[in-house]
Amino acid sequence: MHPAADFLKAKFPAEVVEAGEYRGDTTVVVKPGRLVEILTALRDDEDLSFKYLSMIAAVDYHPASPRFAAVYNLYSHKNHDRLTLKAFCDSDGAPVLPSVVKVFATADFHEREAYDLMGIRFLGHPNLKRILLPDDFAGHPLRKEFPQRGY
Amino acid sequence: MEQVKTMERTETMLLNVGPSHPSTHGVLRVLVELDGEVIVRAEPDLGYLHRGIEKMCEGRTYHQCLPLMNRVDYLAGEANNFGFCLAVEKLLDLEVPKRAQYIRVMLTELTRIASHLFWLGTHGHDLGAMTPLFYAFREREKIMDLCEMVSGARMFPLYFRVGGLAADLPEGFMEKAWEFVKTFPDLWKDYDNLLTQNIIWKQRTVGVGTLTAEEAMNWGWSGPMARGSGVDWDLRRDNPYSSYEDFDFKVPLGTKEGDTYSRYLVRMQEMLQSNLIVRQVLEKLPAGPIKVDDPRLSLPPKELVYTDIAGLINHFKLIQEGVTPPAGEVYQCIEAPKGEFGVFIISDGSGRPFRVKIRTPSYVVLNATEKMCTGRMLADLIAVIGTMDIVLADVDR
Repeated sequence: MHPAADFLKAKFPAEVVEAGEYRGDTTVVVKPGRLVEILTALRDDEDLSFKYLSMIAAVDYHPASPRFAAVYNLYSHKNHDRLTLKAFCDSDGAPVLPSVVKVFATADFHEREAYDLMGIRFLGHPNLKRILLPDDFAGHPLRKEFPQRGY
Repeated sequence: MEQVKTMERTETMLLNVGPSHPSTHGVLRVLVELDGEVIVRAEPDLGYLHRGIEKMCEGRTYHQCLPLMNRVDYLAGEANNFGFCLAVEKLLDLEVPKRAQYIRVMLTELTRIASHLFWLGTHGHDLGAMTPLFYAFREREKIMDLCEMVSGARMFPLYFRVGGLAADLPEGFMEKAWEFVKTFPDLWKDYDNLLTQNIIWKQRTVGVGTLTAEEAMNWGWSGPMARGSGVDWDLRRDNPYSSYEDFDFKVPLGTKEGDTYSRYLVRMQEMLQSNLIVRQVLEKLPAGPIKVDDPRLSLPPKELVYTDIAGLINHFKLIQEGVTPPAGEVYQCIEAPKGEFGVFIISDGSGRPFRVKIRTPSYVVLNATEKMCTGRMLADLIAVIGTMDIVLADVDR
């Protein structure tokens, strides 16, 4: 198993839901509650040194429940290594996650995009508003119930 | 005589730069708050070019996604297709033949040169240097010709396929490519002579839009933007894909302060390094097949489709149902001309992706606009937008 997965299991035993590997990508699913602490720990750890957040991808797993998840892709310049963190939102109706802007400045636009297109709200984000779509747009187009055509 | 009193005004002014401003390279609007001529706040407003490519991908087969990827960063169509094909191939756990890998590398590196030339020309033009544009477009045109030879299109070449390439290199391509590779370093000196020691150019770029290495990482910068700040990182070298480990090249680095001039130098050197890689590909290009020999992935040759019933069925099924990778989630990134271009695909085992997320370098870089501009003059905003080398189609997707 990836050292980062072991690190998280040792440091946040109650938070790690599962850890797996697929095609060389390590994915650790964590509970959303202490996400900020987890990312800070991964960033500040000397050996792991995940100082770069590559992207945040919002995913709608409809019809599965919990539906919404955010995927955090981290990179370590020290080890040239990647780690994928995934956090599912507790609620399907009003998905909420903690904002990680304070840990990674780049999360700003990624979270705004996730809010805009998928409707996940990020608590603590300094400027959470639509970014790609107009402010008066109704709905979140990346959700599965949003039609592909005929809108 | 009564003395004229100067009036003191303390309010700031709001100014719209764009959405149709020649230096925003597309439709970007920056809402700038000015105190005199000094920028207090600069907020980019994007989305004018949002086409919902991620959503459109969900209703298409994997091959039908490729034309969309071309249009993400339209100055580097090959690079985007490269990233997408690699991601699907990672899902399929597949390695394409060596010849296909080499040709992919060659075209992506040529695209990198073309993209950098476009940046050089327009960036110079924005800052008042008109001449480099003409020189840069002279060479870019030759690369466009090479793209046209392999795919029939200049801006949106569709040459890469999941599992390999659409066809082998056409007759006469190698000669033309050799001609380009041999002449380019000399022609490159033309731009270098015009700008590198140019005092006006230096005054407009040195110390403008600085970001340290530490900050660049925090803001998620990649590619030449990060290297311009001294982050020693290149995906081609550090996480090699598609046989990049076979080639010998240097990763140019900028200064620790990371200003616009430093990024200019990095991109200039990168063009030469890319040229070096293309040269090595031309020297080492192995013979062999250009796509995997698997009827579930590659279309049969056209003559078989017309003469053989099995070939016809194969063609029909592959077009109708598409490639069907197993269920899973992968992220694959490549070093695109503008930085890390990543594709995150979730497959549910069907012929159409469940979710595609495209991580584009321009979008991420734009996030730091305010950070780079605050406290500087309005004219520096133009330099900053130019040095970010953004393509708005890449930002908005």
